[in-house]
Amino acid sequence: MAVYKQTYKDYGGPRTAAWSRFLILMRYSYARLFQSRFLVLFLALCFFYPLGCATLIYLSHNSPALAMLKLQSNALPAIDGTFFYVFCVVQGVLALLLTTLVGPNLVAPDLANGGLALYLSRPFSRTEYVAGKMTVLLVLLSGITWVPGLLLYAIQASCTGWTWIKPNLWLARSIVLGPVIWILILSLIALALSAWVKWRIAAGACILGLHFVGAGFAEAINEILRTRRGSLINLGEVIHTIWGSLFDTSRATDLSVMQAWIVLGVTCALCLGLLARRIRGFEVVK
Amino acid sequence: MGGTPAQEIDVVQAVVELAGLSVRFGKREILTDLRAALSGRTLGLLGPNGAGKSTLIQTLLGFCPIAGGTARVFGHDIRQHLRSIRAQIGYMPENDALVADMSAVTFVRMLGELSGLPARAALERAHEVLFYVGLGEARYRKLGTYSLGMKQMAKLAQALVHGPRLLILDEPTNGLDPSARQRMLRLIRDIRDSGHMHILLCSHLLRDVEETCEEVLILKQGRIVHHANLEKERSANKRFVELETSGDEGDFAQALAQLGCACTAVGAGRYKMVLPEDFDLRAVYRVAAERDLPLRRLSYRRDTLEDIFLKAMEGDPKRDELRLGSQI
Repeated sequence: MAVYKQTYKDYGGPRTAAWSRFLILMRYSYARLFQSRFLVLFLALCFFYPLGCATLIYLSHNSPALAMLKLQSNALPAIDGTFFYVFCVVQGVLALLLTTLVGPNLVAPDLANGGLALYLSRPFSRTEYVAGKMTVLLVLLSGITWVPGLLLYAIQASCTGWTWIKPNLWLARSIVLGPVIWILILSLIALALSAWVKWRIAAGACILGLHFVGAGFAEAINEILRTRRGSLINLGEVIHTIWGSLFDTSRATDLSVMQAWIVLGVTCALCLGLLARRIRGFEVVK
Repeated sequence: MGGTPAQEIDVVQAVVELAGLSVRFGKREILTDLRAALSGRTLGLLGPNGAGKSTLIQTLLGFCPIAGGTARVFGHDIRQHLRSIRAQIGYMPENDALVADMSAVTFVRMLGELSGLPARAALERAHEVLFYVGLGEARYRKLGTYSLGMKQMAKLAQALVHGPRLLILDEPTNGLDPSARQRMLRLIRDIRDSGHMHILLCSHLLRDVEETCEEVLILKQGRIVHHANLEKERSANKRFVELETSGDEGDFAQALAQLGCACTAVGAGRYKMVLPEDFDLRAVYRVAAERDLPLRRLSYRRDTLEDIFLKAMEGDPKRDELRLGSQI
């Protein structure tokens, strides 16, 4: 419509496929998120450790380079389950911090501004809304966890060949599955807490608090009641238990793998319940 | 000439059909057994605060759980075809629903895309509708920096971006100064006159509804207390005329009665008349001229929306509903 002719004009053009519309939220969310230089800088920092690991793998298979650096090959850590477990732990902590930075910006502004009515009055469901917002975190966190982990595995595999791949094929599954479980839990917690408190700063504090205060309370319960059941509210311990089983490490944990899975299941259910209550086109004022 | 089949269907089909619709929040009943068929181009939803106007709108959008009955929008049942209903609706909510740190054009474009417009078309439409509502110059500004009037216009723009068939406006003139209010009403009338869409206007400002709507539904305590076609009521009112002359001629009323009017003198030089069908008003002037009697005022009695509203509010909702039911 020309600027000089300001009359209403109907739209009769084509429409996009309904299934793909949740990706629109992801695109716009990224555009907003990457306006923050701090976030871009932090994201760049998240790749330092994977780069260091890649260098380590390269060096461990490059005798001339080791000789040049005057290093013995046995001085370098072995590339095995423990190596990738440590990788997951380091990147997992970074994933938690990244979730604290990104998560509250996704849902809280929409809820605080009452914008959900505008989204949900369109051919766009609550599930699609949550999926769209969650995809932002899933893609971002995948980029710093299992994707570089799998790349490291590929580098190691390309350096050693089939003789290493064959007995370590299970590692590839663990490298993907371990971080995926963690980022799913982180994303759900971030969205649920943001939807609950509706305030970015408070939501960020809640996400961090849930992990660190939870761990503190767990330790206090363990010490006071002389039990190890307090670790059930320590999400860090829970995920370490699962990772330990996935990477076949000998790390001693307070919980059984079954208990850890139950805690994760309950956490997911609580988050989904909270999202179902909060992500609505209207609010009932009591 | 008959219209195309699509046009004919549009004329016959009710825009919104309420079939015993009930909504309950907990134990509290918000809407009770609403039954009506609204088919006008512009529909007004009236009622005092807490009457259930916004709840009715939100139910039509599928936000509120239905306790009983159902409703249909363009023939689509809201219990079954919510997605296709939403695709045909543009909704302007009452409250401040804009994301403060987005520019107007980005926000409207995003919502256009969510309605199914391809990215390029959505951007084009976002520019168009923002120009249309008068925010062309401010379209790159963050929504958080907008004044209340501009925010209302931005909300209207996002409701129009995907070219809906039904535009739902919830208190569109809330908080606007007189000139902004006039601008908003002008836009609503312009959209109505464009003929592309139906409008459902929810307001507690009778004047806004009267200026823009042709059909009204009045709610009270979650029940329908009146459903009227304003156009028909206005044309019916044209049979009632009030007349004032500067002198007092004794046989003037008699002369008018001989023309077939039921005429009563209500004071010095003041008359009330009920005109017969197809009556030519020039006959009244002729009778006055014959008697050399200057006419000071001749006006149709106008039953304003306020009169209709107040009458509806006086009644007991349950009793009124029974009366409406018996009329149907």
